Amino acid sequence: MKIVVCIKQVPDTKGGVKFNPDGTLDRGAMLAIMNPDDKAGLEAALRLKDQFGAEVTVITMGLPKAADALREALAMGADKAILVTDRVLGGADTWATSTTLAGALRNLEYDLIITGRQAIDGDTAQVGPQIAEHLGIPVISYAQAIKVEGDKVVVERLYDDRYHVVEAQMPCLVTALSELNQPRYMTPGGIFDACAAEITTWGRADLKDVEDCNLGLKGSPTKIAKASDKVRKGAGEKIVPDSTEDAVAYVIGKFKEKHII
Amino acid sequence: MDFTLSKQHEMARQLFKEFAETEVKPLAQEVDEEERFPKETVEKMAKYGFMGIPVPKEYGGQGCDILTYAMCVEELSKVCGTTGVIVSAHTSLCIDPILTYGTEDQKKKYIPDLASGRKIGAFGLTEPGAGTDAQGQQTKAVLDGDEWVLNGSKCFITNGKEADVYIVIAVTGKIEKRGRMQKEISAFIVEKGTPGFSFGTKEKKMGIRGSSTYELIFTDCRIPKENLLGAKGKGFAIAMHTLDGGRIGIAAQALGIAEGALETTIAYVQERKQFGRAIGAFQNTQFQLADMATKVEAAKMLVYKAARKKDEYKSNPKISYSVEAAMAKLYAAEVAMEVTTKAVQLHGGYGYIREYDVERMMRDAKITEIYEGTSEVQRMVISANLLK
Repeated sequence: MKIVVCIKQVPDTKGGVKFNPDGTLDRGAMLAIMNPDDKAGLEAALRLKDQFGAEVTVITMGLPKAADALREALAMGADKAILVTDRVLGGADTWATSTTLAGALRNLEYDLIITGRQAIDGDTAQVGPQIAEHLGIPVISYAQAIKVEGDKVVVERLYDDRYHVVEAQMPCLVTALSELNQPRYMTPGGIFDACAAEITTWGRADLKDVEDCNLGLKGSPTKIAKASDKVRKGAGEKIVPDSTEDAVAYVIGKFKEKHII
Repeated sequence: MDFTLSKQHEMARQLFKEFAETEVKPLAQEVDEEERFPKETVEKMAKYGFMGIPVPKEYGGQGCDILTYAMCVEELSKVCGTTGVIVSAHTSLCIDPILTYGTEDQKKKYIPDLASGRKIGAFGLTEPGAGTDAQGQQTKAVLDGDEWVLNGSKCFITNGKEADVYIVIAVTGKIEKRGRMQKEISAFIVEKGTPGFSFGTKEKKMGIRGSSTYELIFTDCRIPKENLLGAKGKGFAIAMHTLDGGRIGIAAQALGIAEGALETTIAYVQERKQFGRAIGAFQNTQFQLADMATKVEAAKMLVYKAARKKDEYKSNPKISYSVEAAMAKLYAAEVAMEVTTKAVQLHGGYGYIREYDVERMMRDAKITEIYEGTSEVQRMVISANLLK
C-alpha cells in the first residue's frame, strides 16, 4: 500500500499569535512546527505502515525551510519526502495550494492520501477536500479513526455530537483530526538518518496538469481583509420546546434575527 | 571554532526536551517522594531508542554520537535527575565497556538487548573498602575449570536491582609491578539470576531517590569462563576508561540539573512579589541569575567539548578524553551544587518545601560531586596530566 501524507509547517500558536502591523502573521516571531492535524494524519499513516508494511511519502508546499517539517516526518518513520517550492507558488490561498499539491500528487502512485483537517494558521479545512476534487477521488473528512479493510478505508467521521462510520474505495483522501491519535516521537537514530536523507524538491515545472492562472498569489481568489486570533466558538444554546411548532417558530425567529432569511 | 549545533543535534535536543517535559517531568516529584524506579519511563525511553543512543546500528543501537547521548542525559536531568542517571549508568558504564572491550560474541550476545532497552545495565566497582582507591578491591574471582567463581560484594550500585547485565570488577590474583606486589584486577559480565548473585538492602539516599541503588552480593557465584571482559588483569584499566566515559554522562546530568534549577528560578522570580514588585526586579536577584547563567553556559561548553572529544576518540583511539571528561564533571557538578543552592535561596522559604522542584534539584545535585569519581578525584586526574 502506498500512502501520501500532506503536511504543513505552521507557526506554533501555543504561546499566542503574533501579527505584523499590517495584519499579516509575524511568522519569524513564532516557532515553526508541523501542523497538529497533519501530524496525527502522519501517525495514522505510520500505524498503517506498522500494520501492513505501507510506504509512506510526506509532501509539503512551502518555503525551503519547510524541509524541517519533512525531516521531522522522516525521523518519525516516513520513507520519502517531497518539498514543493517555487517563487511562483508563493502567496497561495487554499485554491492555489490544493491545485499545486494535486499537480504534485499526479506524479505519485497512491492508495490513500491523508491530510490534516485544517492548519492552525488558517483554519480553513479546505485544502484536503479540494485536493480530492482536483484528483477526482472520494474524500472523507474529520477522521477520528481510520481502518483499512481490503481495498477500502473505513473512517469514523466526527461531528459535534456524534460520528458516522463512512467507507470509501481506495484510492481516496482522508482528512485527519488531531484527536485521531497521539503521534509518536522521533527517534535519535531517525533524526540522524533524516538529516542525511535526500529530500526531493519539486518546482512549478514538476507540477502535472495545472495552469499558471491557478497558482500562487495570482491564482488565489481569496483576498484577506483582516486576520485575527482564533475566536473561541460559543457553547451554543439548548432549548427544550413544548412542541414541534414551537421549535420551528423559534428557529425561524433566530434566522430572521440574524438576517439569514 | 564553531559553537553552532548541527541540524541533527538541534532536532535531537527538541526531541529530548519534548519527551522530558511530557513524559518525565510529571513523574519527577512522585518518583523522588516514593523512592520509586520509574519503570514506565524506562519502557518509553526504550521504545524511542534512548537506551542505545551512541550504539552502532549493527548492534541494534541508534548510531548517534556521544554529544547526542550527553544532550539526552542533560534534557532528562533538567526535569528529573533520577531518570538522567538511569540512562547514563546503563549507557556509559555497561554498554560502553562491552562495546569497547568485549569480544564479537559478547557484543552480539549483550548489546542488542541493552541498546534496545529490553535489558538494563549496571556497573560494580565500588566496595565498602574500595571507592576512590580501586586497589582496595576485596571481591575475588577464581578460575575453576570453565567457570569463574566470584565472592565478595559491591556497594552503591546504580540501577542495582533493576539491571539485568552487570559489569563487575574483581581481583583475579597478584602481580609484580615496579618491584611491588599488586592486586591483579579483571572485569566480568555477570547476568542477573546467576546462582550465588543476590542483592543486599536498598540504599536510602539524599537525592536521585528513584534510582535503584543496591549492594550486590556474590557468594560462590559461578559465571562462564567466556564472561571475562577484556584481557585478564586489565580490569583496572577497563574500569578507569569506563569511568572516563561515565563522567561525561554525569557531567551532562549535573549540567541538566543546573539548567533545570535556573529555568525554574527565572520563572519564579518573575511571579513572586515582595514589596510590591516581582523579586526579579531587584538587582540582587538579577546579579545572582547572571552568575548562575554564566556558570551554566561555561559548564555546557566543557560538557559538550568532552563529548566531542570522545566522539573523536571513536574514530581515533589514540585520542584521550580523560582530562576533558574530568574537567567537565568537576566543573558541572560544582556548578550544579552552586546553582541549585542559589535557586533554593532565591525561592526563599518555598525553596525549602518539597513541593517545589528546586528542593529536589539541590538534593539531586550533591551526588554529582561524589559518584563516578569525587570532585577531588577529578582534580587528581587533571593535575596528574599537568605534572606528568
